[in-house]
Amino acid sequence: MSNTFEGTSSYIANPELREVVNVALTLQKPLLVRGEPGTGKTLLAHAVAEALGMPLIRWHVKSSTQAAEGLYHYDTVQRLNDSRFGDGDVSNIENYIELGPLGRAFDADERSVVLIDEIDKADLEFPNDLLHELDAMRFVIDETGREVVANHRPFVLITSNAEKELPDAFLRRCIFHYIDFPDPDLMRDIVAVHHPDVDRKLLKQCLDKFYWLRRQDNLRKHPSTSELIDWIGALIRSGLNPEQLDDEFPFLGVLLKKERDLTAMANVIDARR
Amino acid sequence: MFIDFFYHLRDRGIPVSPTEFLALIEALEKGLAAASLSRFYALARSILVKRVEHYDLYDAAFAEFFRDRPFTAPDKRAEITDDLLDWLEEAKFVRQLTEEQLAALEELDLDELREQFEQRLAEQDERHDGGDTWVGTGGTSPFGHSGHHPTGVRVGGEGMRGSAMQIATKRRFRNLRTDRVLDTRQISVALRKLRRLTRTGRDEELDLEATIDATARNAGDIEMVFRPPRENQVKLLLLADVGGSMTPHSELVSRLLSAASNAHHFKDFRIYYFHNCPYETLYTDIARRKGEPTREVLDQLDRTWRCFIVGDAAMAPPELMQPGGSVNYFHYNDDAGITWLHRIRDTIERTAWLNPDKPRWWQSFTTHKIGDLFPMYPLTLDGLDDAIAEVR
Repeated sequence: MSNTFEGTSSYIANPELREVVNVALTLQKPLLVRGEPGTGKTLLAHAVAEALGMPLIRWHVKSSTQAAEGLYHYDTVQRLNDSRFGDGDVSNIENYIELGPLGRAFDADERSVVLIDEIDKADLEFPNDLLHELDAMRFVIDETGREVVANHRPFVLITSNAEKELPDAFLRRCIFHYIDFPDPDLMRDIVAVHHPDVDRKLLKQCLDKFYWLRRQDNLRKHPSTSELIDWIGALIRSGLNPEQLDDEFPFLGVLLKKERDLTAMANVIDARR
Repeated sequence: MFIDFFYHLRDRGIPVSPTEFLALIEALEKGLAAASLSRFYALARSILVKRVEHYDLYDAAFAEFFRDRPFTAPDKRAEITDDLLDWLEEAKFVRQLTEEQLAALEELDLDELREQFEQRLAEQDERHDGGDTWVGTGGTSPFGHSGHHPTGVRVGGEGMRGSAMQIATKRRFRNLRTDRVLDTRQISVALRKLRRLTRTGRDEELDLEATIDATARNAGDIEMVFRPPRENQVKLLLLADVGGSMTPHSELVSRLLSAASNAHHFKDFRIYYFHNCPYETLYTDIARRKGEPTREVLDQLDRTWRCFIVGDAAMAPPELMQPGGSVNYFHYNDDAGITWLHRIRDTIERTAWLNPDKPRWWQSFTTHKIGDLFPMYPLTLDGLDDAIAEVR
């Protein structure tokens, strides 16, 4: 197990991103990653866990998620139910405490990676409620008085699509990185991971068309990496030869997911022909 | 010098806190920047800059700061001096390379490159143009600018092959600044701030506290208590100027309209169109063929609504001030446009005007008149945020 992150065989990280992960690992601060959908924010957590040989604990945040759920959950309803029907050991509250993703990471015997995915989906106060726990890496279970202390400070990776502004106090405690959209050279490496045998001419054609599409200002939603990979997959399976791509734009629907964008682009492409 | 850098960033509008600054010092002590300016650039940004909107400010501030000062890493192994950046200010000439020469340039990996860069910096003491080893311009050395080396550390100047790495002067985050125009997603995010949550509707959510309380009172026999979920109470009216002088802004305005129409979180949402100034009819389609009497529309609204009017507010004075002043020749308005604007304001107190023109163009007579009536904001992300704060 090494202590620096260099990317993995299936995850291509640019030097800046590698640098930032190592900064967060060294300073033991949470890493907040922002970027367009499809730039591999979530995958980064998997890659770090794999590269450093640490278990990954995921916490997928929804609009209704409360900060306390990440630490522990006291199942009062179950306890009430058990007391009513005489099941289980009702006298021991510990039986009804379930640790959340952060709680499990603190409690574990080895260092782990905690992914707090899409933190901006939750309520505006959510990040503030976690400040102390992320700083001190410890918390007290009020119901039992037991203190859970992190034996090994987990590597906390937080992703955000910037749907909501995050509070300043929270931002100050994080290392921040914005994943820029990959340039064509890096994109070539990324595609190679998913489609290792792709014809070089076909790949160049695809990338030219893809980046042309991304430069179009009037699209509501620009295609992202994952759509490019799906599109190239579709082209390979269809057995198209690269020459056909010169003046055609097949499977446009894989790249553009909005009806309006699709018709608008179909017109532009027709006009160019 | 790091203290100076800290104040320089704050001076340039990046809100760096002392805590973050101390974290940077800690990182440097742990050897994370390793005497390289480009690594220091990435390191300092990840610790000090927490909003991508500030990346461009940071790039500009960084380039400005290190143009005048040598970069001295804690272990003083290498410096980038001001002389060096001066040499690189302008390329002297570009050598034409043959295919063979290009192929012969070995592609070094980044770490090797950095090592060599620092090593050569330490040895170099004069200007170089067109050479193949020293840091300079127009050559085939991996270091410098306007050169032909396939990988390479670029120091200032313009890249020609686009493969030189990590340099602040590129300003590649320029278009992420918030004072520039915005896309649909950014608008939706901003509009989400426009909400007031209250509990209304049917009892659908389990109220745990009340359930426990009721159960205890019920001598342990479980009694479930439910409550209504929280709901946004904001009702939004959007009035949009279309056609005429608004045509150059049509794409931007349509993004705002589409974001607002797709925002499901409003309790009620209505949109109407007008040309230059609203009169007795508000139109339900952009072509302005179908419409509803403004009076009837206003009758259905009340003080609980919020209203945004989108328009450039620039028109001929009679269009705003006189009966019959409408820009449409076949249309005679009995009441002046300003009268209708007063009626809108009297119905919906919390109204803001969003102007897609840049504020320095807000000089026309009608813009001033309308600005007296409604708080006016530019149609940018910052402007929209301010407008939302105003009407909330």
